Amino acid sequence: MAGGFVYNAIDQTEVATAEIYGKAITDIMLKDPKVVAITADLAKSTKLGDVLKVCPERVINVGIAEQDMFGVGAGMARAGMIPFISGFSAFTSMRACDQLHTDICYQNVNAKIIATHAGTSFGQAGSTHHAIVDLAITRAMPNLTVIVPADGIETANAVNAAYANNGPYYIRINRGFDRVLYDTQDYGFEVGKAVEIHPGTDITVIACGSCVFQAKQAAEFLENADGLKVRVLNMHTIKPIDEEAILKAVMDTRRIITVEDHSVIGGLGSAVSEVMAKSGKGCAFKMLGHQGFAPIGLHEDIMSAVGIDANGIISAVREVMKADFEEDDNWDDDV
Amino acid sequence: MANLSKQEWTALENKAYELRKMCMQTTMWAGSGHIGGGLSVMDLLTVLYYKYLNIKVDEPQWEDRDRFILSKGHAAIAYAPVLCDKGFNDPEMLKTFNLSGSKMGMHLDSNKIVGVDASTGSLGHGVSIAAGTALAARLQNKDYLTYVVTGDGELGEGSNWEGFMTINHYELSNCIVFIDRNHCMIDGPTEEVMKLEPVADKMRAFGFNTICVDGNNIGELCDAIDVAIARSKEKCAPTCILMDTLKGAGIKSVAGDYHCHYMALDDDTFTKYSKELEEDYRNRLARVEKEGK
Repeated sequence: MAGGFVYNAIDQTEVATAEIYGKAITDIMLKDPKVVAITADLAKSTKLGDVLKVCPERVINVGIAEQDMFGVGAGMARAGMIPFISGFSAFTSMRACDQLHTDICYQNVNAKIIATHAGTSFGQAGSTHHAIVDLAITRAMPNLTVIVPADGIETANAVNAAYANNGPYYIRINRGFDRVLYDTQDYGFEVGKAVEIHPGTDITVIACGSCVFQAKQAAEFLENADGLKVRVLNMHTIKPIDEEAILKAVMDTRRIITVEDHSVIGGLGSAVSEVMAKSGKGCAFKMLGHQGFAPIGLHEDIMSAVGIDANGIISAVREVMKADFEEDDNWDDDV
Repeated sequence: MANLSKQEWTALENKAYELRKMCMQTTMWAGSGHIGGGLSVMDLLTVLYYKYLNIKVDEPQWEDRDRFILSKGHAAIAYAPVLCDKGFNDPEMLKTFNLSGSKMGMHLDSNKIVGVDASTGSLGHGVSIAAGTALAARLQNKDYLTYVVTGDGELGEGSNWEGFMTINHYELSNCIVFIDRNHCMIDGPTEEVMKLEPVADKMRAFGFNTICVDGNNIGELCDAIDVAIARSKEKCAPTCILMDTLKGAGIKSVAGDYHCHYMALDDDTFTKYSKELEEDYRNRLARVEKEGK
């Protein structure tokens, strides 16, 4: 585990995911004077309060100016500092897209972007503040590592990993509390390596972010109710994607469902399908995610309405389990 | 009367003339290039790189070096010759400028061309990056200065004004902003495409101590930079040097004409423009005699 800072389940039942980020970045900044936190009028919303208490001079607030925030961050990185740039993911990915592309990724600077209020976790704020295309944007950016932690503890792991490794990172976290998935940081988090949350051989659900807990719940329910063995992979790193885990799932279960709080175009589902298509291996496949702009509501209500909650995953699993393509398929003839 | 000695001024004019010729030659090798905006900013590049910038050619990433950011990144056709002439890069590279497979493209890549502090090209990025390097200097108690130059048409990008606000808010007097006011953009004169005036008032309203100079007069430029450097010693309102320039400065038949933004040269025009550059150089030397100390 990078960084050496420890968070536990109690931390994340008491504080929101972004607050765990706030604690993690504070620990790092106390240790390393080269780290700076940059924000665009969202120091409070992105939970930089602890940092403001201990090293206010290293919190740079540029006002409501995301393009400037990225340019300033790139300049500071170029001058040897390590900026953690935090803002709402809708604006870090879209409003400052050119700066992210050119100043951060093209220059390949050592800057870390903490994109909060991810997916539809801003709920009632609506589509102006939802981020359902940010993975499509950031996944296409060369040099950028893209991580979607599933809960607070994984957020701490991702932040520590980003700090420990050189180069630009985009870490996408939710507003408010995430359902607790991990009770310890020592579960083998490694950038680019999926984590198996639930074992299974009948079908694999590959999830990221807030959908991982939902997939775990669905798997537990289906085991009891339908006797199905559902493998659940927490694909926390969207880029570089864990090709090995995906191909293993194809070979072992031959049925895959992806689930994400993001558009079905360009995000986790697309990344998984690209790996499968390149492999030449056939597989029953379904992508769960946003088909259009999301409705307004509480995050959990939106997830339910869109079918990316446990109920939606259960329905999708039952549907995909009915696919009987295997009988007329000859794996020996595969390209 | 400028503060610059005639001797130093003459040396800088010699260098500016040499670099203008290299810019023209590079354009010939490349087949075409952004001559207009390159020549308008060439005098600034000359005084910064041959008089002011505290940099080490043998240690290009020296952490205490002054930074220079060419926000108007398309002026690379003028900047690349400077970086080669200084010794950061092999001058032979200029023969590959803009050619397929070259490391030296139309807009310089800071990870490929030695001495480039920021990869620019997409307009409206340099000011914020400069604010970042200047803020880093303050946080790390370093004395280096950051110099950034934007075009005037470039100021249409709103991101510049975000960057100006940051430089003003954090009183980054260690960040010196230049505006290359050559009055032209691709589609025509700036005031016809999108009104920009009053530029000086706008910069003052954004908190900058704004000095207006003839940006193609090396003596005036140096005087203004001296003032900006003196102010940089303490945290205070930043300085903007608004440079009134001519697009294509030095080549009489195109100077001031927006059509020279991007040009191809053939043997005849190259010969003609070379003669005009020489004539301009002689006129500049006469000015040194008149205005130098």
